Amino acid sequence: MNNEALKELLYKMADDLLILGHRNSEWTGLGPLLEEDIAFSSMAQDKIGQSYALYQMLQTIGEQEPDTAAFTRTANQFHNCQLVELPNGEYDFSLIRHFLFDTADALRWQMLAQSAYEPLAQLARKIRGELRYHTLHANTWIQQLGTATDESISRLQTSLAYALPFALGIFEESPYENDVISSGIFGGEQELKIKWIKKIDEIISQTQLQLPPIPTLSPVYGGRIGKHTGHLQPLLNEMSEVFRIDPSAEW
Amino acid sequence: MYGGGNTFEGIKTDSLASEDPVQMAAFEARIARGEKIEPTDWMPQLYRKQLIRMIEQHAHSEIIGALPEGTWITRAPGFKRKMALMAKVQDEVGHAQLLYSAAETLGKPREQMIDDLINGKSKYSNVFNYPTFTWADCCFISWLVDAGAIVNQLANAKGSYGPYCRALDRICAEESFHLKYGHHCVIYLASGTQNQRDLFQEALNRWWPPMMHFFGPSDKISAHTEILMRWKVKMGTNDDMRNQFLDMYVPKIWELGFTIPDPLLKKNPETGTWEYTEPDWEEFKRVINGDGPCNKERLQVRRIAEERGRWVREALKAPQDKYVMPLA
Ligand SMILES: [Fe+2]
Ligand SMILES: [Fe+2]
Ligand SMILES: [Fe+2]
Repeated sequence: MNNEALKELLYKMADDLLILGHRNSEWTGLGPLLEEDIAFSSMAQDKIGQSYALYQMLQTIGEQEPDTAAFTRTANQFHNCQLVELPNGEYDFSLIRHFLFDTADALRWQMLAQSAYEPLAQLARKIRGELRYHTLHANTWIQQLGTATDESISRLQTSLAYALPFALGIFEESPYENDVISSGIFGGEQELKIKWIKKIDEIISQTQLQLPPIPTLSPVYGGRIGKHTGHLQPLLNEMSEVFRIDPSAEW
Repeated sequence: MYGGGNTFEGIKTDSLASEDPVQMAAFEARIARGEKIEPTDWMPQLYRKQLIRMIEQHAHSEIIGALPEGTWITRAPGFKRKMALMAKVQDEVGHAQLLYSAAETLGKPREQMIDDLINGKSKYSNVFNYPTFTWADCCFISWLVDAGAIVNQLANAKGSYGPYCRALDRICAEESFHLKYGHHCVIYLASGTQNQRDLFQEALNRWWPPMMHFFGPSDKISAHTEILMRWKVKMGTNDDMRNQFLDMYVPKIWELGFTIPDPLLKKNPETGTWEYTEPDWEEFKRVINGDGPCNKERLQVRRIAEERGRWVREALKAPQDKYVMPLA
C-alpha cells in the first residue's frame, strides 16, 4: 500500500470535513428558523467529529496529532476543495452547498465501506447513520424550497449555478489516483463523480430547478494541491486564534 | 441559559376582581396541594399573562444567550473544546425551542414572541448584554452563568404550570452537562500557564458585577411577590437565589485560586448568608432598559437573522401543489 497515496486521501477528506463543519457551525444562532440552527449545528458536530477521526487515523501513520494538524497549518497546506471554504452567504447557498457536498460525501463513504484499508472501512460503517441524516436533510429541503415560491426557486437556481463549478472541484484527481484505485483503498474520483451526477440529477429533477449540463461547466480545481480562495486563511486565523496564544498550553 | 430577576408586570389588584371567586378558590387549592395546572385548565388571566411573560423571557434568554458563546465556537482551542461548545450552544437553542412551545400552550404564537423580542417589547436576561472579549469570558458563561441559570431553573421546575415544569426538567438535565463542561474549561485555565490564569481572572473581574445582577434586585415584599409566590409562578426571592448561587460557587472559585473582585464578600457564620457589596442597581436598570454595551448588537443580530430567513419561512408555508405539469 502506498502510504503517500493514503495520506493524500485522508488529508483531503479530513480537511473538507473540518472546514465545512466550521462553516456549518457559523449558522448557530443565525438560522432562518430555530430548527435549522439546530440541524446545521448537528451536521457541524458530525463533520468535525469525522474529521477528528480522520486526523487520528493520520496520526497512526506518522502524521501530527489532530490539534496540531488542524490548528497550526496554513491555507496552502490544506487540501480541501474550494467549495467548502466559501463563506456561508445566504441560506440558499449554504443549503445548495450542503446538498452538493453531502451527496458526494455519502457516496464516497459508501465506496469506502469496501476499502482495503480496514480502519477507513470501519469508520465508514460507523458513521453511516450520520451521513444518512445529512442527505435526508438536504434532499428534504431541496425538494421543499425547490418547489415552493418563485423567490425560493430562483434563489436556489442562482446558488446552484454558482456552486456547481466549485462542487466539481471535489473530484479533482490526485497524482496518486491510480495507486489508491489499484491498491483497493478507494474506487477513485471518476467513479465517485459519475455516481454523484446521477444522484443530484435524481433529486433536482423532482423540483422546479434545472441542472445545467455538467460537461459544459469548468470545474474549479486547485484546492487539493493547496491553492485556495482568499476565504480560507482568514477562516484558519479565526479558528486558531486562541490555540495560537500558546500552542503548548492545555486548553 | 436563563437569567432570573424576571421583570414582572405591575399587578393591578382590581384585575383579580373580575375573576370568578369559586373557580379562583379551586385553582388556588389545586396549587396549594401541589397539583400542576395544564393548558386547558381554568386559570386567572393574570396567571396566564405573567407566565407567558416569564416563559417568553426565558426562551429569549436562550437564543440571545447563544450569541455571546456562539461567537467562540469558531475560535475554540482544539477539537474537544470545539465539539463540546457546539453541542452546548446547540442545546441552548433547543431550550429556546422547548420554551417557546411551552409558552405557546398559553396562547401566544412563537412568531409574535420573536417579533416582541426584536422590537424590544419583551426582555431577556440582562447578562447577555455584556461582551465576551476572550475565550475565558466564554468559559465564565459556560460555567458560572449556567450555574446561576440552574439555580433558577431548578426552583422554577417546582412551579405550578405543567408544560413549563416539564420543559425545565429536560433543560436542567442538559444544563448539568454544560456546568461540567464549563467547570472543566475553567480548571484547565486555572491549572495552565500564567497567561491562562490571567485570562480567567480578568474575565472574572469583568463578569462578577453582571453575575450579581443576574438574580435581579432584592424583591420588596409586596402584594405582587406574595401572589406570584402563592401561585407558584415565582419560586423564591431574588436574594434567596443569589445566596444559593454564592453558597455553591464562591468556594469553588476560591478553591481554584482566583480572587473575586468584592472585598466585602464573605459568609456570615451566624446567619449562614452571604454578605457582599450592594450591586449597582442603577447600572442594572440602565442595561435592562436597552443601554448596555451589547443590547443593540444582540437585537440587531437577531433582527438580521429573522429578515434574512423570512423567504425560507414563507417557502415552508407555500403549498406543495404548485408544481405545474409541462404541456405534453
Ligand atoms: Fe446551558
Ligand atoms: Fe439553556
Ligand atoms: Fe445557558
